[in-house]
Amino acid sequence: MNLLEGVRTALSSITSNKMRSGLTMLGVIIGVAAVVIMVAIGEGANLQVSSQIERLGSNLLIVMPGRTREPGARTMGAFGSMDVLTMDEVQAIRDECPSVGAVAPEISRGTTVRYGSSSIQTQVVATTPEYLSVRAFTVASGSFFTEQDVLSAAKVAVVGQGVIDELFSGADPIGQELKVGQVRLRVVGVMGSKGQSGMTNVDDAIYVPITTAQKRILGTKYVRTIYAQAHDAKSMDAANDEIVSALAARLGSTDAFYVRNQADVLGAAQDVTRVFTLLLAGIASVSLLVGGIGVMNIMLVSVTERTREIGLRKALGARTVDILMQFLIESVVLSVVGGVIGIIVGSAGSRIAARVAGWPAAVSLGAVLLPFCFSLAVGLFFGIYPASRAGRLNPVEALRYE
Amino acid sequence: MGAGPGPDSAVVRGESSVIEVDRLRKIYRVGSIEVAALRGVSLRIDEGEFVAIMGPSGSGKTTFMNILGCLDQPTEGSYSLDEVLVSEMDDTELARVRNRRIGFVFQTYNLLPRLNAAANVELPLIYRGVPRRTRRLLAVRALEAVGLKDRLHHKPSELSGGQQQRVAIARSLVTHPQIVLADEPTGNLDTKSGVEIMAIFQALNDSGITVVLVTHNADIAQYAKRIVRFRDGLIVADETLSSRTIAERDESLDALIAGLTEGTAEEVKAG
Ligand SMILES: Nc1ncnc2c1ncn2[C@@H]1O[C@H](COP(=O)(O)OP(=O)(O)OP(=O)(O)O)[C@@H](O)[C@H]1O
Ligand SMILES: [Mg+2]
Repeated sequence: MNLLEGVRTALSSITSNKMRSGLTMLGVIIGVAAVVIMVAIGEGANLQVSSQIERLGSNLLIVMPGRTREPGARTMGAFGSMDVLTMDEVQAIRDECPSVGAVAPEISRGTTVRYGSSSIQTQVVATTPEYLSVRAFTVASGSFFTEQDVLSAAKVAVVGQGVIDELFSGADPIGQELKVGQVRLRVVGVMGSKGQSGMTNVDDAIYVPITTAQKRILGTKYVRTIYAQAHDAKSMDAANDEIVSALAARLGSTDAFYVRNQADVLGAAQDVTRVFTLLLAGIASVSLLVGGIGVMNIMLVSVTERTREIGLRKALGARTVDILMQFLIESVVLSVVGGVIGIIVGSAGSRIAARVAGWPAAVSLGAVLLPFCFSLAVGLFFGIYPASRAGRLNPVEALRYE
Repeated sequence: MGAGPGPDSAVVRGESSVIEVDRLRKIYRVGSIEVAALRGVSLRIDEGEFVAIMGPSGSGKTTFMNILGCLDQPTEGSYSLDEVLVSEMDDTELARVRNRRIGFVFQTYNLLPRLNAAANVELPLIYRGVPRRTRRLLAVRALEAVGLKDRLHHKPSELSGGQQQRVAIARSLVTHPQIVLADEPTGNLDTKSGVEIMAIFQALNDSGITVVLVTHNADIAQYAKRIVRFRDGLIVADETLSSRTIAERDESLDALIAGLTEGTAEEVKAG
């Protein structure tokens, strides 16, 4: 008996019991689809987080007060004082670090912003004009505040798209006056929309000169974060070392601050999402395994049920290998067809899941091939045992089987 | 040949033989109880013979036929087919013998319920590697020979017991084997249908095929050339009929059976 004949026989016996074949396949379909979807969700999350971190800007070093032992953990400043860095440190980095191009400080605080009779909760981000190039932000209309505004602590602000929508109901805000606490700020520009970037949502914030915030709004001389941009990727390490030594000299110790680069943050975030992906895939694999056991169960039942058929086929001249092939092909066809349908369902499902989550759909080749190969292996593995059991039967014994 | 052959009588004659069994014993073990179904059977059946095996229920006829058909092994004793010991054959050789040299008709027809009559008859040809179209052609001829030309697409459940029996017979002769072994092929048939079946076996036998069949019916046994009687797992009588009954048959039957030979020959040439 050749392979074509074997496939024909297998198909005829699969279609002769459609209900049972369908249910068996369903187990494989659900298992494979679950793995595909779970892995796609994990990878989608990973892409999402990575792109957020990359949107921070390029070749970025981030200086923060305090110490941290786990880069990427959100416990900055948990060890040590927050009041360490000032505009002097910003200037020191600018002067003493040749590998650093642009430098910008940042203080970010949640505040109530009022316009006329309406008010919203949003972030006030205090910085300098260099912030735009360091963070790769753009201004959509009007202009960003200037060096001059910083020097004079001008009462001006640039607003994000989200603020316009909520506070001005979409109307043109340029020239209007906002109130933060008792301070009146004139709107001079609107930020280009960029969405989530790092830990801040660009759209949901207003931007003011750092001096304005320090003197008029917050009453502090410290800054919370310093963003320093290296000239290029190659000078990142040099820039890092220069910043550390410049600040250590000024602050007397390397314990009062720490410097992280984008790659650290990215790596840490990717570690987290990788674990997340593995966890999801692990859970989904259990259902694939259960599907595989379903195939084996059905094959065992099918062999037992068809013991007489096996006896008859042997009596009519089937060799043991012919019987083995027949059942093997049957279980492989079941699990492969199930696997392919599972992949289709899974791909569609992950696209839907990605849309719901607002993430990029990430159906990778590996996430598709792996469960497919697994389902094939399941078919082979769980098909061989019952098939060889059937193939070894003595025809008379098999025929007498009730 | 006389009745009650001794243990050594099977190996006396010298002409070419098809089947030769010597002191066959078959013991079934059910729990701690041993049942001896065959207790030393020696028999020789030559090419072209037509043997009817008779005997009371439980005397070991089916057990004996299963061994002749290479479907079961004896506990003791030897069985050689054309002077080759069956016990020495491996799985592939056994499969080949069952497929090409022996046509077996089971006491309980053993048709596959989900296949139609034609597909059931085609089954042995699949394992012979015959291409699909030739298979169908041969199956139709075989079914025509047993008078079921108009039932090709009926499932076994849509056929009467007698018709199922005929499908099983068609399946045994579709490969044009050297030997046809039939275990009570007329057990479920009325006298008229039984005679029709005997006509087929006589035609097969006339075309040179060795036929061994089991029957409880003394009238049916009269269509054979020789009658072997079993009792309690032993052969108790072995007689050659001087005047056997001939079943009336249409000449077309011989043509159909010859067609199977030709078709098979064509096929063997092609393959
Ligand atoms: N698988 C088995 N296990 C145990 N005993 C068996 C088995 N098969 C047959 N026997 C016993 O062997 C003896 C012979 O059985 P066998 O089927 O050969 O009889 P038979 O001559 O064909 O009878 P019948 O005319 O009723 O078909 C019986 O006593 C039966 O009980
Ligand atoms: Mg019997």
